[in-house]
Amino acid sequence: MSDTQQHSVAFVRTEAIPEREPPYTASGPLKWMKDNLFATPFNGILTIVAVYLIYMILSSALPWMLNGIWTTSSLAECRTVLDGAVGACFSVLTERWNQLLFGFKYPSELYWRPGLAFMLLFVAIAPVLFFDLPRKLLIFTGLYPFIAYYLVWGGAIGVPLVALAGCVAGAVFYQSFVARNFALGFLGGVIAAFVTWYIGGLFIPDGANNTAWMRAVPSRDLGGFMLNMMLGVTCVSLSLPLGIALALGRQSSMPLIKVICVVFIEFIRGVPLITLLFVASVMLAYFFPPDSTVDLFLRVVIMITVFSAAYIAEVIRGGLAALPKGQYEGADSLGLDYAQATRLIILPQALKISIPGIVNVAVGLFKDTTLVSVISMFDLVGMIRGPILASTAWNGVYWELLGFAAVLFFVVCYGISQYSQWLERRLATDHR
Amino acid sequence: MAMTENMGTSPVEMKVSDEVAISIQGMNKWYGTFHVLRDIDLTVYEGERIVICGPSGSGKSTLIRCINALEEHQAGSITVDGTLLSSDLKNIDKIRSEVGMCFQHFNLFPHLTILENCTLAPIWVRKTPKKEAEETAMHFLTKVKIPDQANKYPGQLSGGQQQRVAIARSLCMKPRIMLFDEPTSALDPEMIKEVLDTMIALAEEGMTMLCVTHEMGFARQVANRVIFMDAGQIVEQNEPEEFFNNPKSDRTQLFLSQILGH
Ligand SMILES: Nc1ncnc2c1ncn2[C@@H]1O[C@H](COP(=O)(O)OP(=O)(O)OP(=O)(O)O)[C@@H](O)[C@H]1O
Ligand SMILES: [Mg+2]
Repeated sequence: MSDTQQHSVAFVRTEAIPEREPPYTASGPLKWMKDNLFATPFNGILTIVAVYLIYMILSSALPWMLNGIWTTSSLAECRTVLDGAVGACFSVLTERWNQLLFGFKYPSELYWRPGLAFMLLFVAIAPVLFFDLPRKLLIFTGLYPFIAYYLVWGGAIGVPLVALAGCVAGAVFYQSFVARNFALGFLGGVIAAFVTWYIGGLFIPDGANNTAWMRAVPSRDLGGFMLNMMLGVTCVSLSLPLGIALALGRQSSMPLIKVICVVFIEFIRGVPLITLLFVASVMLAYFFPPDSTVDLFLRVVIMITVFSAAYIAEVIRGGLAALPKGQYEGADSLGLDYAQATRLIILPQALKISIPGIVNVAVGLFKDTTLVSVISMFDLVGMIRGPILASTAWNGVYWELLGFAAVLFFVVCYGISQYSQWLERRLATDHR
Repeated sequence: MAMTENMGTSPVEMKVSDEVAISIQGMNKWYGTFHVLRDIDLTVYEGERIVICGPSGSGKSTLIRCINALEEHQAGSITVDGTLLSSDLKNIDKIRSEVGMCFQHFNLFPHLTILENCTLAPIWVRKTPKKEAEETAMHFLTKVKIPDQANKYPGQLSGGQQQRVAIARSLCMKPRIMLFDEPTSALDPEMIKEVLDTMIALAEEGMTMLCVTHEMGFARQVANRVIFMDAGQIVEQNEPEEFFNNPKSDRTQLFLSQILGH
């Protein structure tokens, strides 16, 4: 030690170091390639293999796609036009476009109705997805389910109006009594809604559907990608609140509620969705009063919702468990009651943590809506497998049709995933 | 600790009334079969500033957490501001909104801004109009000397600033009593001083305070009673001068020699 310290260690800086430009770093494409593609010999080999794979895929797919035929009326015609050359027969998409989107039974002069409902969907979900938008827009979101129902199914306008009136009655009752007692407000609200529905139902005459302004379309006439979208949107928006309720119930300190939630979640998660769908199509009718014709669409919605709610509940439970105990104590120590603490402190944070998991379930749910094709509902996949591929004109155009289905689902799922990433960034306040 | 040891200049003026703020009688608590708090009797008068100290695991946190029902006691009674603490949720919420609490780890809500942290409880529990709640919040944020951080998130603040926000957040509920559970023990020495200064200012205004801390300088300057706990019991309590200069029990002497010895 001592011989290295020949000069004094004392040091005093006499002037401050001025700020300087950061050093010039070499840039340019060559440098970038060396850093990112060929940093080591192994990386170089990986790069070359990857480039070769991409080349193989594109060199076989591109000619097929670019050479595609869009205007013939059958596969045989496509083959004649192509005359042995490689090329896709996209004509099936143009010729069966409406069937792919709306199914084969929805009256073609009414296509504007689901189309309009689809457009309005964007207006309705915008304020939910982007909460910087004015909160007033949420009024439309609240009305949207009834508007969309009326547009898609048509029939007597009394049905959506009574449904709306029931919901409003329930909400008003809940609002005015919840301050006094949560249970009173909640149960009272539910009862008020049912009473309104019952009384309102008496005012809708039998056969009102036949004289309605908007022609009634029965559920079994729905089909195509429209059916997937309807199932997807309905089930996602129903299963999220149900999943939250189940997750909170599972954490509840009331043993009965806890047991019910645990059994429900574990049971539903242990059963394949396809089984639930079969139950919906053949057996669920036994659970409803014999003469009530509970719609197949509704039964399927219940099953898919219940199924994904169980998964969402588990995802959210993970989020709840990840919250430090201090957050609960902080909320408690300020005098917030259970409902306030849950709504203002616990859920916002738990849901934020759960976003990736919830999106995972939502994307899975949306794709699982194609499973309804096995219980003979003609969704997009059902249309392709059934009426279209079975027709003599288009028997054998697998790649084009299934590729189209894949693209449609991909676009929606990619959209969901992009949104969730934006949301996570938007909500990031921890500044780690 | 040594840093704040000699910062006390003159003890804060005592403004103790003879009105009872907290009355604990024969309180016992068990965690399972483990007897954490044993026969606690404690009366806190309005305006009193009490410092609770004792070795780790002696039940200090448990005691003050029982006062606002973050922990449940199994025997005896706790009365806060005339309200008996029972399992009735209405009473518990009432007491909690009268009693402010500061935690070792601040427990700010990371998804809300500083201002929202401070206005949340007044708006939802006290039903104060938003505008008024924000004015109150700014008033207390100014008092703890961080009004300019109001629109930041807790994650963007230093530890000392966060703890001062936590104090301001409690004050926004206009509590009659403040509980502190080692508010400075997660902080660097420099930040300890800013938090203690805030607490001293609070004490000078006559706030009733119960404070678990090992900041003996703070105790000397501010407290009008120091309570020493060990193994779940109150072993000794006295005025700070007497307590520090002339501890009666062996256990207290040992503790003080350890904590002040270096
Ligand atoms: N939730 C719990 N379950 C079981 N035992 C507990 C629990 N919380 C605390 N204890 C025990 O109770 C005793 C008192 O804990 P407490 O947190 O009150 O101590 P403390 O005096 O605050 O200590 P410190 O100075 O370390 O904070 C400890 O022995 C601890 O192990
Ligand atoms: Mg402690």
